Amino acid sequence: MIYDVSIFAIIIFVVFVVVVLGLSFYFARKTKSSASYYAAGGSIHWGVNGIAFAGDYLSAASFLGICGMIAYSGYDGFLYSIGYLAGWIVALFVVAEPMKRMGKYTFTDALDYKFNSRSIKLTAAISTLIVSIFYLIPQMVGAGDLVVPLLGLPHWVGVVIVGSIVIFIVATAGMTSTTYVQFIKGGLLIIFSIALTTLILKKGLNKEPYENYHKFITLKPVLDQDTIVRGIEGDSTILIVKQIAVGKNKLVKIQKDSSEKWFNLISKKENLVLEEMLSITTTKDGQKFYNGAPKSKRLFYQVGHLSKIISKGQEVESTGATNPFNFLTKIEDSEIIRYSKVTFADDENNVTAWFPVTTSGKDIMKPGLLYKLSGSNIWEKLNFISLMLALFLGTSALPHILIRYYTVASQRDARKSTIVAIAAIGFFYVLTLYMGLGAMVNGVLDLESSNMSGPLLAKSFGVGIFSIISAIAFATILGTVSGLIVASSGAIAHDLMDKYFNMKMPDKTKVRAGKISAFGVGVFAIILGILFKGMNVSFLVGLAFAVAASANLPAIIMVLFWKKTTAKGVASSIVVGILSSIIIILFSPTMYEKYGLLKADALIPLDNPGIISIPLAFLTLVIVSLYSKKKETIS
Amino acid sequence: MLHGPAVKLDKDNSAERKSKLGVKLFLIYALIYAGFVFIGVSKPDLMGVRVFFGLNLAIVYGFGLIVLAIIMGFLYNLACSKLEDKLNKEEE
Repeated sequence: MIYDVSIFAIIIFVVFVVVVLGLSFYFARKTKSSASYYAAGGSIHWGVNGIAFAGDYLSAASFLGICGMIAYSGYDGFLYSIGYLAGWIVALFVVAEPMKRMGKYTFTDALDYKFNSRSIKLTAAISTLIVSIFYLIPQMVGAGDLVVPLLGLPHWVGVVIVGSIVIFIVATAGMTSTTYVQFIKGGLLIIFSIALTTLILKKGLNKEPYENYHKFITLKPVLDQDTIVRGIEGDSTILIVKQIAVGKNKLVKIQKDSSEKWFNLISKKENLVLEEMLSITTTKDGQKFYNGAPKSKRLFYQVGHLSKIISKGQEVESTGATNPFNFLTKIEDSEIIRYSKVTFADDENNVTAWFPVTTSGKDIMKPGLLYKLSGSNIWEKLNFISLMLALFLGTSALPHILIRYYTVASQRDARKSTIVAIAAIGFFYVLTLYMGLGAMVNGVLDLESSNMSGPLLAKSFGVGIFSIISAIAFATILGTVSGLIVASSGAIAHDLMDKYFNMKMPDKTKVRAGKISAFGVGVFAIILGILFKGMNVSFLVGLAFAVAASANLPAIIMVLFWKKTTAKGVASSIVVGILSSIIIILFSPTMYEKYGLLKADALIPLDNPGIISIPLAFLTLVIVSLYSKKKETIS
Repeated sequence: MLHGPAVKLDKDNSAERKSKLGVKLFLIYALIYAGFVFIGVSKPDLMGVRVFFGLNLAIVYGFGLIVLAIIMGFLYNLACSKLEDKLNKEEE
């Protein structure tokens, strides 16, 4: 896929950055005390804080990732929206007010409120750092990925730009500037997602999404022994280079005008035909060919369309403008062309190819394309339950979200800002379904990168909205990364240096220590963003959620509701939560695939650890607390 | 040294009752959420049944969970604000 550099996108992004840096400068003069650096002096209005929550929470994973997942896997992608939002219920009803009441600047403060224990300070600070860094890596890699196509700059430049801006934002005015960056970004993201959804509904559904949409050709093969392709009927200029079997597919490489393409031999209306595929061939020396030609030839088409549209019981070519309900029911009645991926070796080259698959709208609009729940495989079902559990319990245990409770004046404000956040985030997540399905049927998918589905959908509506959405995607990364760096710098300077090592710093030194830590974490994030380039690291966000849900949530819940909880119990449950969730993931099928091993050989057949690691952390807390209490009583 | 909030908070006499209400509402929502997961796992085909305005159960339940979270949030805030006004005023 080729992207054009958009000058308008650059201008909008630069304007946004200038505004953000200006705000940081302005607030820097007011940020003298540690209360203002770590918690914006507790003076943020609840409405602003609520939208800033949304800006903090709706990371690149939400905006780019979920839209992409829905565009490729339908309703299964929307499950993330439901789970991520439901997690806020735990935050509101259980965690928000006690966090505000017990904590000062960090989540560690709140956990340690009753105990003043060194082991809690150490383990909770480490947990904060692990969760925040797992969360940071995909954001930084994403920053680089966005810069390559949109600004025409190398990946590392994108990482350095985002890293430097964020370091500046955090190191100047800490939580105050971070809050306003997140507020502006959260507001813009919601407003322009509404605009994009309105455009999708206004356009309605079309079998031909736009003029010049690539029509995939089919060729009639000359067959030998039923399935061996010898040539093409009526065109002797096409040569058959090779025929191979990949799984159930019989793939044929043809050559015409010295360019090579892959076709899939399929049965259509009881006849065997060759159907055009999309392919990327990577040669031994790393060169890539898109449908047999260099990228610049633009032969790697954007895809995804409806093959049949049913409206009011009739088959139609297009529906015209539609309302939000009809949009969903019409897709459910229709048939959609999605693309299935195969990878195989062709001599010394590696080939990734995609072939069209007709999918019923009914299957798109319910769970099942990604999570195979209809079968009898118990692990598939457990995996699904585990994912939904971690999403539900993870949100209220993310340190960069929890610290936002300290930026408002009272418990009432903490509660009100959570409700604003739920309304804003909930509304946005409803829109993700429209944006994802819109991308699925409007011929905009870049099969090489599902993450670009949202921005590419915007592009089909014009350069203006594309530029704004792309600039917001950058801003999204800035907002979330700032929050993560504030949380990490709090863990280092406040939890570890000040509390754990008891360095007894005067207030001014504490602010300086926070700023230096922010600088250090920022540089570390830049290095990680460059090192992890090209790796699919979106699973790290899932890992961060799983670690947060396993390590932090059991501790928070038990400190609040179980009087026999001891400091040792809390610290050991954090350690067990971190270790068990990471170990389960390291031995999961997804990781085995990443190691180049067979998924089926994975030691633990679960991709989502929550269902084991969360109860394990609870159990550890109970056993260790009871044991340490008993020991205390005896002594 | 113990920790305290970044800003000085007034004593809140309603904390316990708010917390009880919060836990009750949380359990109600968790049960409804668990129902969604349970249908997904045990009767996935049920998710495709049309229930409302031509929309299937997956969409209605999914959107319902999001809308319910917002509604419950508003109601909880109303109840908590009332409790705070009542109990904290009584003491003055």
